[in-house]
Amino acid sequence: MSLTLLNVIVAVVIAIAFAAANAAYLVWAERRGAARIQRRPGPNINGPFGLLQPPLDGIKLMAKQLLIPGGADKVLFIAAPVLAMFPAIMSFVTIPFSDSIVAKNMNVGILMIFAFASMGGMSLLFAGWSSRNKYAMMSSVRAVSQAVAYEIPMLITTITVVMIAGSMDLMEIVHQQSASILHWNIFPLLGNSHNILMPFSFLIFFTCTLAETNRAPFDLGEAESELVAGFHTEYGSMGFGLFFMGEYANIVIGSCMTVILFLGGWSCPFGLFPGVWWFLLKLYLLIATFIWIRWTFPRTTIYGLLNLSWKILIPLSLFNLLFTAGLIKVF
Amino acid sequence: MSSPIQLQPDETFILNVGPQHPATHGVLRVKMEMNGEYIVDAETVIGYIHRMHEKMGEVKTYPQYLMNLSRMDYLGAMGYSHGHVLVVEKAAGIEVPERAEYIRAIMVELNRVASHLFWFGAFVMDLGGFSPLMYALQDREYILDMMEAVTGSRLTYCYFRFGGLYNDIDDDFISAARRFIPRMRKSLKKYHKLVTGNIIFHKRLEGIAPLTKEMCRKYGASSAVARGSGINFDVRKNEPYSVYPEFDFDVPVYHECDSLARYNVRMEEMEQSLRIIEQGLDKLPDGPIMPKKKPKLIKPPAGDYYQAVETARGSFGIRLVSDGTKTPYRLKLRSPTYSNMHLFDEACRGMMIMDALAFMGSLDLVIPEIDR
Repeated sequence: MSLTLLNVIVAVVIAIAFAAANAAYLVWAERRGAARIQRRPGPNINGPFGLLQPPLDGIKLMAKQLLIPGGADKVLFIAAPVLAMFPAIMSFVTIPFSDSIVAKNMNVGILMIFAFASMGGMSLLFAGWSSRNKYAMMSSVRAVSQAVAYEIPMLITTITVVMIAGSMDLMEIVHQQSASILHWNIFPLLGNSHNILMPFSFLIFFTCTLAETNRAPFDLGEAESELVAGFHTEYGSMGFGLFFMGEYANIVIGSCMTVILFLGGWSCPFGLFPGVWWFLLKLYLLIATFIWIRWTFPRTTIYGLLNLSWKILIPLSLFNLLFTAGLIKVF
Repeated sequence: MSSPIQLQPDETFILNVGPQHPATHGVLRVKMEMNGEYIVDAETVIGYIHRMHEKMGEVKTYPQYLMNLSRMDYLGAMGYSHGHVLVVEKAAGIEVPERAEYIRAIMVELNRVASHLFWFGAFVMDLGGFSPLMYALQDREYILDMMEAVTGSRLTYCYFRFGGLYNDIDDDFISAARRFIPRMRKSLKKYHKLVTGNIIFHKRLEGIAPLTKEMCRKYGASSAVARGSGINFDVRKNEPYSVYPEFDFDVPVYHECDSLARYNVRMEEMEQSLRIIEQGLDKLPDGPIMPKKKPKLIKPPAGDYYQAVETARGSFGIRLVSDGTKTPYRLKLRSPTYSNMHLFDEACRGMMIMDALAFMGSLDLVIPEIDR
């Protein structure tokens, strides 16, 4: 009993450390990457390659006073940033990074991650509602409608993969893809999925991840050119910092899910040395794509975004689901 | 595109956009009556950066007022100075050497390219794409460096004098300008690849904020706002001044009336400005840059004088009423952005806020120039 409790505590601490370190250094990577794209140096003063920038930013944010605007709902205002960070950290507990590196494997891992992901929308709603700011309110309304719209195609696509794997266990899903690169779920011919629509599923899932994590070109919640800073307009100090880190932690979770569901987890493309490094390589390549997309595309509109989900992605993913179900029945 | 919805005026709230808001690019305030994300009514409130330039025109002597004009529009300052020196020269009857006029035209066009480059970056930034701004600023930096070497300043130039110029251009400037033209053409191609061809960019601008010809005429709109709505009006062509009749250039006109048309007009104007600079450098005559005979004290005879010029933001008019003393009796500045901006109140009704702010970006507002 006590051993299990200790295990859980250690797992959660490691998950928090991993999430925080990732969030901090992804900010650095994003700033350096953006600078590279925009032909400027980026943060390069503090430490080698500016590597001390994230901790210094953290210290600066922590040293600032947390201002609560007059008329704001204090409880929700303080709860919102915590709620932004908490589900992301909890999701890390069940993600398997390799055969042996997993904090707590569950046979319904996917369900748990999606349950926590849904809580992210709530933090945006709380933040916008409690700030007593019209911009924040508009932004949180946008963010919630966006979260609802994109969770549906994301879940349907995930169900497709679950049907192919026959399991909601993330370990099991990876094991089934581990034979070679052609057995990955993204590729249609070998492996479990004899489904020629799998590359499209991958694209749908990736798009939904972008939208779910409020990243450009779907960062309508933030939309700094019209809504100033969106739901975190009134946040300063570590309240803002938590939103910021939560965003990056969510990106890591989304990319982890993409790697596990479609890109074979920790299995090597050539069958050599499977291990956590392959997982991390795929993970950071995906995150680099996130950064690349953000600094290349302008922002979509809110109606364009909702139309894309309700009129294109949901019908497509539903069709994909039926098609996969049919294929499973036939073969 | 947003489909029109039935707006209920009793379910609205007031949203104050500005005076400090990232999209207004300055201290413009827009009072918006909103229904959810839709704008029911909008009212632009100006005057936050009023500096009494017109009154200063009545108090200061003519040479003292030279520097005021470039403080109006900090992005395309040369064009405004050009209008001022032209109207005073017309009033006082000062002859300008040909070389000076050519250099003036080259400078104004270079400044126009710089101004449009900044607009391009800021406009795409309004749409949420940050990177093009950095590319545009790099090209603009080249122009600013080039002009700094000759004029001594980077933004608020005081380069034109009554009758000529403060400083002659040298071989360094000419070779730098010649190098700049192919470089800029290459950049323009890059911008078209990066931005114009982007599907999100197209979707956000096509068919958004249609401005009819009648509306543009009603508000006195000029520059790309009018030319994007099919009005073929450019002061350089319609009321030629300076040495512009000597140059062969086109006035881009688009008939789509939407934000994309306004974008396209400005992008093509950059190319046309490059053509003018190219021809100006080829035809540049030798000679002095200041006239031999020039009155010590500028005292135009009593009368009413007007000069319009095409600046980066549209047709800028300057009316000078002289009573024969060393200060003007009245100096009226007709700033183009003032007219362009007032379109916004009427045109943005029924739009969503993000489209409206993209539309505002396409108007190319420079607030100090509105408030004067």
